[in-house]
Amino acid sequence: MPIKPSWGSRIFDSLNVTLLLAFALITVIPFIYVIAGSFATQKELLQRGFILFPTEYTLDAYKYIFSTPTLVRSLLVTVYITVVGTLINIFFTCMMAYPLARKDMDFRKPILLLVVFTMLFGGGMIPTFLVVKQLGMINTYWSLLIPGAISAFNLIIMRNFFQQLPDGLEESAKIDGCNDLGIFFRIVLPLSLPAIATFSLFYAVGHWNTFFNAVLYINDHTKWPIQVLLRQIVILASGGVGDSSSMEADFVAPPEQSVKMAVIVVSTLPILLVYPFLQKHFAKGVLLGSVKG
Amino acid sequence: MKAQAYPAAKPSAWMGRFMRNRWLYFMVFPGLLYFLVFKYWPMYGIFIAFKDYQPFLGFWDSPFVGLKHFERFFSDSNFLVLFRNTLILATYNILFFFPLPIVIALMLNELRQEFIKRTVQTLVYIPHFMSWVVVVGIAYIFLTTEGGMVNELLVRYGGEKINFLVSNEWFRTIITAEVIWKETGWGTIIFLAALAGVDPQLYEAARMDGANRLRQLWHITLPAIRSTIIILLILRLGHFLDTGFEQIFLMLNAMNREVGEVFDTYVYSVGISQGQYSFSTAVGLFKSVIGLILVVVSNHLAKKFGEEGIY
Repeated sequence: MPIKPSWGSRIFDSLNVTLLLAFALITVIPFIYVIAGSFATQKELLQRGFILFPTEYTLDAYKYIFSTPTLVRSLLVTVYITVVGTLINIFFTCMMAYPLARKDMDFRKPILLLVVFTMLFGGGMIPTFLVVKQLGMINTYWSLLIPGAISAFNLIIMRNFFQQLPDGLEESAKIDGCNDLGIFFRIVLPLSLPAIATFSLFYAVGHWNTFFNAVLYINDHTKWPIQVLLRQIVILASGGVGDSSSMEADFVAPPEQSVKMAVIVVSTLPILLVYPFLQKHFAKGVLLGSVKG
Repeated sequence: MKAQAYPAAKPSAWMGRFMRNRWLYFMVFPGLLYFLVFKYWPMYGIFIAFKDYQPFLGFWDSPFVGLKHFERFFSDSNFLVLFRNTLILATYNILFFFPLPIVIALMLNELRQEFIKRTVQTLVYIPHFMSWVVVVGIAYIFLTTEGGMVNELLVRYGGEKINFLVSNEWFRTIITAEVIWKETGWGTIIFLAALAGVDPQLYEAARMDGANRLRQLWHITLPAIRSTIIILLILRLGHFLDTGFEQIFLMLNAMNREVGEVFDTYVYSVGISQGQYSFSTAVGLFKSVIGLILVVVSNHLAKKFGEEGIY
């Protein structure tokens, strides 16, 4: 039988709810501001300074940015990198994680040690840059796809996940004449789809938000992913979106606020669309991370 | 069981074992190659910190100069500035950001209304999925002197415009505020998971003993997540020097470099922009070694506290 809550308890509750809603509001207001601003007219933005609910809506900012080749091209680059990159990530992570989860695999301790050490120490920015350069990956999409192909952290979690699968599975498949490759593709992978989904989404978010690697490795602005273009338009504001010839050389008047906001919305929206699907998985994914191997 | 089938270390037995696991080796090979090329080859490349690396001479033929670059760096006035900036930003992070996810998780845990709890959680997780470019972009739009919301409000209520984005005084505050906005909600997840494991009977018993909500919080909830807090704090200390690189890189400009430049951004500007590969590799190596020491020490500490440690 629940006891009737005391006054102290009720005050505690209402204060708690109020503070949490306030915190949630602080988190959300910037989005509303940016989304609202992207639909507002320049006149209203200038007059009112800031808007949470514009009085008149206009799609001008969106029409403008989608009429420029630069933004559309950058979006396509990002979509390409996200899709191909995530496939590469998942394929190589799982391929390597599975043998390391098998107890009959030789050298699995030293290989694991090799992997774990990279989490503690690394060559750093310049030596990595020089390796990528020597491999001839500068200015190619490979530089955004391959140097981060496997996350050591995800690999180890994936290995722990594979280890939890019952041993009998492999035994019986072997008796049925399946080799290790067959076991992996036909039995282990299908059983691991929830984990694969979680990691795909994490990797995909990483690719969608890829920024610094592109700054390092991609000089050719026609190959810029959306985040680099976004920085150019919103933070550096040194060129217009429509200026496709050379972003930095020709100084064009900085874009209007509503255009900046529209670019932010467009470069974030796909993530927000993925989010509902992601949400039910990621708590589990984070918890997987706390499983020790 | 399987090992017993091949007890002797005869060459043929070894061969047989190899053949039996050939597909496993086949599968592990690409990943192994990846780690060797993209993780270990750069580690080998660190040696250019001890050479005067010239691209046209190549790695081997560039002249060996010993500790020249390190000496230059340590006697450089930039060294102290970088160290100070990195330390202050990291300290701000631990003081102002670190406790917040714990507080919010505790508050969420006390929420009775499942619907409000779920709504708040959904909303506060979102910023974690945005790139730093977007977060910094939004900050720019809010803080700019040309029609930014904050300055408009300041002017409207009789204040003066503040040039937030190009000032030394505001840089650290803005950096910390951005981190808080982006990651606080996400940071609650791990604490909420720890809280979910608390035995409800403990609360029942405490209520019987007449403990009010605050007392329950103090005597049951907090001790329950103590070890999670300690281990996360120690992990954080292990990465003390890793101030958010992308974020600082994006917030940095000519006007706030004095307080904003940290080791990572310095490595970029000296190495990539100015092409001083050897010198900036030395700077990066210095930071990596300190980082490695911090990780090892903090892991040792974690074990001393009776926690599992990270390795």
